Amino acid sequence: MERVTTQQLAMMPIEFKLNGKTVIGRPDETIIETAKKNGVEIPHLCYKPGLRPDGNCRACVVEIKGERALAPSCCRFPKEGMEVTTNNPRAELSQKMVLELLLSDFSRNSYTKDNELLQWAQKLKVDKPRFEARKQPKPDISHPAIAVNLDACIQCTRCVRACREEQVNDVIGYAYRGDHSSIVFDMHDPMGASTCVACGECVQACPTGALMPAREAGLETIDKTVDSVCPFCGVGCLLTYHVNEKQNVIKFVTGKDGPSNHNRLCVKGRYGFDYAHHPQRLTKPLIRKPGAKKGLKVDPGNWSEFFREATWEEALDLAAKGLKDIRDQDKYALAGFGSAKGSNEEAYLFQKLVRTGFGTNNVDHCTRLCHASSVAALLEGIGSGAVSNQVNDVENAEVIFLIGANPTSNHPVAATWMKNAAKRGAKLIYADPRRGDLARHAWRYLQFKPDTDVAMLNAMIYTIIEEGLVDEKFVKDRTSGYEALKENAKNFSPEKMAPICGIPAETLREVARAFATSKGSMILWGMGISQHVHGTDNARCLIALVLMTGQVGKPGCGLHPLRGQNNVQGASDSGLIPMMYPDYQRVSTPEAQKRFEKLWSTSLDPKPGLTVVEIMNAAYDGKIRGMYVMGENPAMSDPDVDHARAAMEKLDHMVVQDIFLTETAYYADVVLPATAWPEKDGTVTNTDRMVQLGRKAINAPGEAKPDLWIIVELAKRLGLDWDYSHPKDVFNEMRQCMDSIRGITWERLERDSTVTYPCENEGDPGEPVVFTTHFPTPTGRAKFVPADLISAAERPDAEYPMVLITGRQLEHWHTGAMTRRAGVLDAIEPLPTVSMNPADMQSRGVKPGDVVTVESRRGKISIFVRQDGGTPRGSVFIPFAYYEAAANALTNSALDPFGKIPEFKYCAVKVTKGGAVPANPGYGRGESLGDLYVG
Amino acid sequence: MKGKTKVRPHPKGRPVDPQAVAEVRALLKDEPRRRDLLIEHLHKINDRYGHLSAAHMAALAQEMSLAQTEVYEVATFYHHFAVVKEGETPPPDLTVRVCDSIACELAGSEALLKNLSLGKNVRVLHAPCVGRCEVAPVVVVGQNAIGNATAEKVATAVSSRKVSCAETKYIDYAAYKKGGGYKLIADCLAGRHTREGLTRIMEDSGLRGLGGAGFPVGRKWKSVAAEPEPRLMAVNIDEGEPGTFKDRWYLERDPHRFLEGMLVAAWAVGIAEVYIYLRDEYAGCRKILEVELKKLKANPPCALPPIHLRRGAGAYICGEESAMIESIEGKRGMPRLRPPYVAQVGLFGRPTLEHNMESVYWVREIVEKGPQWFAGHGRNGRKGLRSFSVSGRVKKPGMHLAPAGITVVELINEYCGGMLDGHQFYGYLPGGASGGILPASKGDIPLDFDTLQPHGSFIGSAAVVIFSHKDKAAKAAVNLMKFFHDESCGQCTPCRVGTAKALTLMEAGKWDQPLLKELSQAMMDASICGLGQAAPNPALTVMKYFPQEVE
Repeated sequence: MERVTTQQLAMMPIEFKLNGKTVIGRPDETIIETAKKNGVEIPHLCYKPGLRPDGNCRACVVEIKGERALAPSCCRFPKEGMEVTTNNPRAELSQKMVLELLLSDFSRNSYTKDNELLQWAQKLKVDKPRFEARKQPKPDISHPAIAVNLDACIQCTRCVRACREEQVNDVIGYAYRGDHSSIVFDMHDPMGASTCVACGECVQACPTGALMPAREAGLETIDKTVDSVCPFCGVGCLLTYHVNEKQNVIKFVTGKDGPSNHNRLCVKGRYGFDYAHHPQRLTKPLIRKPGAKKGLKVDPGNWSEFFREATWEEALDLAAKGLKDIRDQDKYALAGFGSAKGSNEEAYLFQKLVRTGFGTNNVDHCTRLCHASSVAALLEGIGSGAVSNQVNDVENAEVIFLIGANPTSNHPVAATWMKNAAKRGAKLIYADPRRGDLARHAWRYLQFKPDTDVAMLNAMIYTIIEEGLVDEKFVKDRTSGYEALKENAKNFSPEKMAPICGIPAETLREVARAFATSKGSMILWGMGISQHVHGTDNARCLIALVLMTGQVGKPGCGLHPLRGQNNVQGASDSGLIPMMYPDYQRVSTPEAQKRFEKLWSTSLDPKPGLTVVEIMNAAYDGKIRGMYVMGENPAMSDPDVDHARAAMEKLDHMVVQDIFLTETAYYADVVLPATAWPEKDGTVTNTDRMVQLGRKAINAPGEAKPDLWIIVELAKRLGLDWDYSHPKDVFNEMRQCMDSIRGITWERLERDSTVTYPCENEGDPGEPVVFTTHFPTPTGRAKFVPADLISAAERPDAEYPMVLITGRQLEHWHTGAMTRRAGVLDAIEPLPTVSMNPADMQSRGVKPGDVVTVESRRGKISIFVRQDGGTPRGSVFIPFAYYEAAANALTNSALDPFGKIPEFKYCAVKVTKGGAVPANPGYGRGESLGDLYVG
Repeated sequence: MKGKTKVRPHPKGRPVDPQAVAEVRALLKDEPRRRDLLIEHLHKINDRYGHLSAAHMAALAQEMSLAQTEVYEVATFYHHFAVVKEGETPPPDLTVRVCDSIACELAGSEALLKNLSLGKNVRVLHAPCVGRCEVAPVVVVGQNAIGNATAEKVATAVSSRKVSCAETKYIDYAAYKKGGGYKLIADCLAGRHTREGLTRIMEDSGLRGLGGAGFPVGRKWKSVAAEPEPRLMAVNIDEGEPGTFKDRWYLERDPHRFLEGMLVAAWAVGIAEVYIYLRDEYAGCRKILEVELKKLKANPPCALPPIHLRRGAGAYICGEESAMIESIEGKRGMPRLRPPYVAQVGLFGRPTLEHNMESVYWVREIVEKGPQWFAGHGRNGRKGLRSFSVSGRVKKPGMHLAPAGITVVELINEYCGGMLDGHQFYGYLPGGASGGILPASKGDIPLDFDTLQPHGSFIGSAAVVIFSHKDKAAKAAVNLMKFFHDESCGQCTPCRVGTAKALTLMEAGKWDQPLLKELSQAMMDASICGLGQAAPNPALTVMKYFPQEVE
């Protein structure tokens, strides 16, 4: 007899009786699920597919023959021959009594149109309850995003499970006991004062409207729902817009069961869409008034001193003419910045326009500022810049090594998978100088000193070699260059590196052992790795770690650089980089050049173009004179931003295409009003290599136009014979030159919303795990590249004694152009702050909330202080989303020599008490919130 | 949203106060910060500061890598933790708890509570059964339990600050060993017994679980022993069923007899670690166990498994086996759904042998005297011995060891010295709050497992409370429903809401009997655990046997 596996056993059919009829269930399928499949409806409230069944409401109790009490059908699994009755008087008495008890204490107010308690009461004909009502709790409207009305709470704990078991934000508790039991936030604090991160999972889980989007969004008329993908970070959550078509407004957003998010969202994806309706949206093309000086003094809400409105015809003609004139004098004097916020199709057309319309490869985008060094190391080491395994593969990992990333802020939904894994028992090793929220879930948290990544990682490599934990077979069969790594590692014993990186040698050894010996170890990293002058070296060490231990090419392991922007993967894939055509085909290789010359029917320049910072430097030097910027905001995002702004000021001609008058647009000659993400169709590719379809939900305001249309119109005026009427035309062209997505059809995207690449042939399922048998290098082998210690370009000294670390925060996306105009997000984080360790504050006599001045050799800002024990002593952290206290006025533009990425994560600053209170916070603070949701 | 924008000077939520962290660290010293020790650690803070401030709880959360709400929801679940948030006034240093459970109510606790005037510096609370019903009414001043309490006695204890528990005389480690103690477990470990042999002795003796459910002890050993290792053991001394005090009685007299029985059971089942869960009300027993376990571990008679003594925090529900497991794990004491049963998936997810303290107390004597000795007792066709906790209107309330199957009338007359003078037998609780109320006319039923069910009643932990013609069954039922309402964990609707609604119905002079019966049916059928399922018993038996009182 053959043995059956546990999995097979779980699938074996079980015959049992349901209301007298024989039905087929499964050992892993609860009675309520089997009943539903068989058309038998059982009332239920605390049960929600996707959440762990808890069986507390007891509305779903059924009679099981031979058992003394009734059983909750949401939690019970059938047994062969079981006799289950859902609808006899005994079962129904309890089901109805449960509903009546809950109804008797239920609110007289309505907070949702979709109230499960009332629906079931109606179905079961439960009339007016016969019991006296409880004393009702007061509403809590302290949070800008979520209204809490516990008079409608039925204690089903769906929100608790959503908060604690799904998102693992651990904000909602179930406190007190008996009929005093109540959900609470933290220690029964007002929600707005709690640690709530407003992911909205609780709202999505609540069956009765006790937790709802604020300002009664739950009662709004919804006449259309549109499935799409979130435009914020690289996680790529699928979502559904709930739209009032007449008002042309997205009223609220819910998560959709996408492969990267499974219904989960974060505060941005849930509450961050009203930016599209912000009064400062550009609705007409603008042309700079004669003599109006370029510079920062523009008010994005009232620009008439600097710009005048124009027709599209006039604006496009002027935009194109300026570019053409420069091109005709010196094509190398033109450059284009595309955007990782746009679609793949836009990115593709933009680089095609630069390469065929400008005639050079001077095209780049913000990928340069986030993972360029990671990609350089990955291409060099394993021949592909994309992730080997998808984020939620952490579910299969035994060890998760997260370094230089703060995903609870920057990839919140990705962080939930890591927290789920840690809860399940996976060992999370979290290494970051800043102690983020995830540290609490970590098996080992390594608060290493900034700038000492290579020292720490090499010590791990040393340990693995010294303790004989190398996967010799993998090294022999699938890699090259190991001897060099081994030789180099000799200098980096943990004992020697411990004082350098600040982590005890025994801890370094312990984590190295755990990493090397687990069944599956996965590395995920962020810009803490990449944004250094030694960013490529940092990434090389990570690659070496997985190669030497064979932790790649199977589920639950591998390399995952967490991509920042929603489409940074796709924009790079689509060729929005100066040295590569789409699909990473190098412009300097003749075969690639020929392939694209043929496809595009034109001759192409084999000379790699300039990168973001190089373009700015060239502009400053007068070598670049004209630019076309689509959806990027280098006036905020570039390092040493005063320099970048000065460079833009010097340009002869600058065309900016965006939805707002961004800080970059303040320097534009022509501004072209584009569409926001919910206003157009297109695909984006997330950090997991999933190509996903964004769909139009609302109309763009005024005369704002889809970006794709604008690119095409400019192209035509630059003499290109283009004819694309729909993103799918572009996508189909992309498939012809990008083998990785050749098998993905537009129709399939419309059907499935998401397809993982590589997908070379139509119908391929897509490959979540790659490099299973070989690496995409010429030899099929991966290559070890050893790394030595290199110091940051600018170390602290007596004059500038502290280290500045920049980054993002949960609510604000990138330069804040969108999120600071989203009412809820702006309300939660309205002001620029610098996070400081309490000890550093004390030594400067600074109190929480005070204003300090932070100064580097390049600039100076004044900013509010946030006391944060998670910020290491000697360092400060500033998010770069705030124009009124721009972190990048301070940062250093020193570059990593391989990835050409600036050192955003490290420069020397001094912090002094006092300074001017940052002026004009936000962009019309809170306006959107008031106008859109109230009244 | 329009007004002045304010900067948030801290990360989201309540900042952790470094001073509070230092204080918590000083209390915790180098003890592990494991989650399952949360309640133990909360006790340390509560004991030291008299309350749990938000600052200390936030500090503890950080220290234990927990979310603040994980600490808060546990702290607010248990009666004995005084949670004090920012801006609230901490309670006075001294707490006086007046037991308002049924036996104490009969003895006048209501009036006593009213007559207590102890000043502003004393917090007076009513408390569920403190397990000293034989000396009702009981008032606990700090940890000093005062039996047959009067307002004067309490006032004296308060003014003289007599707040620690009285010391009792008991058979200590040396004396127990001298009397042949720990020979059995030594013999077991030396191979002079087999596991199967001992298990068979238990089966043959007919010993059943004495916490109330009556599951045969031998069978339990067999079934848990068949589960995969590591297996754990949890001993339930959360004796909270109103009227019950037998476990305390034994512990205060012969603690090592229990400990040896526990070790034998652990050996027979192949247990890796043992957890003893003791209700917080039994401060005296805790002291005894702490001292005696220390002696035992310092000078072990044989190899010992790790033994952990865990302290409850005031929650009747934690006497429910799975709620107790949750509490040992440092969580709110909310019963688990079954299946899976704790024998398969119990403490920390491991197969768990759970026993009431008394169930293992008998092990040594049964082995020494033979299974027939135990089974040879009994009356009216029943077998074995039962430890009856008797209180109420009898002359000699107390713990009476009597044959199983004895009737309540026999118990009163033969063991309790008869009814109090001037009181005529009117009715009784055969099994604490949960077992229902029976009238005098049912005084001839053998008291044992399985014999009372046909009467809508059960024996449970054998807590017998005797009523006289001066008492009202309906009033007792209200007292009991109040108790269930106070002690419901709040997890499932029928119990959480049901006990509240039932209480309201019962507090009306005339009961809405059809509605109360319908509600009772749902509570019995649909509640998760025995608390909600048994809570309607007093009301139902009153409607059945004392209808005249509620019409």
